[in-house]
Amino acid sequence: MSTGQVPATARSRRLRAAAVGLVVLAGLGVLPFVGSQYLLYLNSQALFMILAAVSLNLLVGYTGLFSYGHVAYLGVGAYTYAILTQTAHANFWLAFFAAPVVAGLFALLTGYFCVRLTAIYFSFVTLAVAQISWATAYKWIGLTGGDSGMPGVAVPTFLMSPRAVYFFIAAVVALLVMVMHQVTHSPFGLILNTMRENPNRALFIGVNIKRAQIVAFSLAGLMAGFAGALFVINTRSIFPNVMLVTRSIDLIIMVVLGGMYHFWGPAIGAVMIVYLMDVIKARTEYWPLVLGVLIAVVVLAMPTGVTGVVERIYGWLKLRWEKRQNTVAVPGEGSG
Amino acid sequence: MSYAMSLFLIASGLSLILGVMGIVNFAHGSLYMVGAYLTWWVSTSLGASFWVGVLCSMVGVGVLGLLMQRFLISRLYGRSELQLLFTFAFVLIFGDLLKLLFGVLPKGVAYPVLFNGIVHFGGTRFPTYNLFLIVLGPIIAYLLHVGERRTRIGRVVRAAAANREMVGTLGIDVGRIFTVVFGLGALLAGLGGALASPTTSVQPGMDVPVILPAFVAVVVGGLGSFGGTFVACLIIGQVQVFGILYLPRLSESFVFILMALVLAFRPWGLSNKPLRTS
Repeated sequence: MSTGQVPATARSRRLRAAAVGLVVLAGLGVLPFVGSQYLLYLNSQALFMILAAVSLNLLVGYTGLFSYGHVAYLGVGAYTYAILTQTAHANFWLAFFAAPVVAGLFALLTGYFCVRLTAIYFSFVTLAVAQISWATAYKWIGLTGGDSGMPGVAVPTFLMSPRAVYFFIAAVVALLVMVMHQVTHSPFGLILNTMRENPNRALFIGVNIKRAQIVAFSLAGLMAGFAGALFVINTRSIFPNVMLVTRSIDLIIMVVLGGMYHFWGPAIGAVMIVYLMDVIKARTEYWPLVLGVLIAVVVLAMPTGVTGVVERIYGWLKLRWEKRQNTVAVPGEGSG
Repeated sequence: MSYAMSLFLIASGLSLILGVMGIVNFAHGSLYMVGAYLTWWVSTSLGASFWVGVLCSMVGVGVLGLLMQRFLISRLYGRSELQLLFTFAFVLIFGDLLKLLFGVLPKGVAYPVLFNGIVHFGGTRFPTYNLFLIVLGPIIAYLLHVGERRTRIGRVVRAAAANREMVGTLGIDVGRIFTVVFGLGALLAGLGGALASPTTSVQPGMDVPVILPAFVAVVVGGLGSFGGTFVACLIIGQVQVFGILYLPRLSESFVFILMALVLAFRPWGLSNKPLRTS
């Protein structure tokens, strides 16, 4: 975004971001050589959930559209990939890129109707879209295998080992998340933000709100399609249940828990939920109860999510430190 | 038809809460389920009559709704998306708590003695209890309609729905009104669950097949319109029955296709006028 001269604070922020990024990358790179195969599988799952959650946040956090049917696009992408490779025996790369394209087109088509409605109604229709998609996958046995799904979807030889799958998913997710990061920091991302904060003002400065919303919706659907293809590559199977409404809610809670007003919030939320779900489900069958209490606590006590809380604590510490330095105290402004 | 009637009881409470307070209460199906479990528990384990069970369900679930609104949901006023998520948390919590308390085995509630018979009606056999439901549905719809349109409380509630600040300025405690409305909605859900308990098996997950069609009924019928909701429930009941009969492959999607069509072409519902835009 910023060109030419970079202010000192922004430079230090960039340095810090680069440092955090390097640590995360190093951790991701070392993990396959120290962790168990199951941990690898779980981590791959966390990675494409990051992709799905961050793409959902393009809608929830940046545009203010609470989609309750985001898994529909993930599911469409996953089924596209599975059907193309298993039924049509298509080339891997063709199937891999067809998945997001089909999901994106589906999002474009459904988004055209969804964004005409506001707030609650938007949530409703997206939910209905997800339900219809689920029912289609469930009932259209000839195409999708119905309830028994499509087990044993083939992957190319270079993705045979779990380690290769992991690195492939990590690379794709990192690339796509970077793309989304650039999008949210582009003029278009700012337009989305403006529409969330003040639709009338956005209209006033000449933004075609509906069109921008459709673009955001399609982009998010496209990214979810990628996540769907990665899902199939990781689990080598696909079942209608990935498109249940509860899965959509899982995604939303990832976004809200991590913090929807921060780009990396949903990524943190996704990792937390994937690992928490794994730990709790191993101990008790009452995971829904735990998740329910978690949602209630997050919504009531920290609606800005983990990143919101961390930012507030950070801002407070900075304020205190600056006061001690006897300089003019300016509360830390959150980076977005 | 009887399915349409129990659907109506749930949908009317939902419509009330959504229309007046703008809260999308996902947990409504769970309240319905709590009502069914309460009736089962009172009429079986405690050995009381079915009607005592119904009464306990209405009161119990109503009070539960009051508490939920007063202490939790009222904190989230004006953040409808978070409310949606929050009520969904209750779906998970209630579902698991009932499972913890009563186990996963399906429970049966016997038909009340008064309506235990079977009527022959044009060659088909028909439980008297279903007839009772079919008669009761329109009565409740009418009572709600009159209560909303003709009584003082109904007027205040409608005013609060239209302009919360203005009603507050007139010296009326809007928060209390909302709490009462939510309680009434919950009470209707409890009643719905209680009355439905003899016709279905009381078990975990019984809320799922009810809550989504109920939402569709509210949206299709138009917000806050009991008449519209009533008609929508009848339509959905018929669509479900004939859909399963003629196009079984699509049976899961029918109601959603219906809702999508209505939202695409008449977003204000069947009965309302196109007034609200936001």
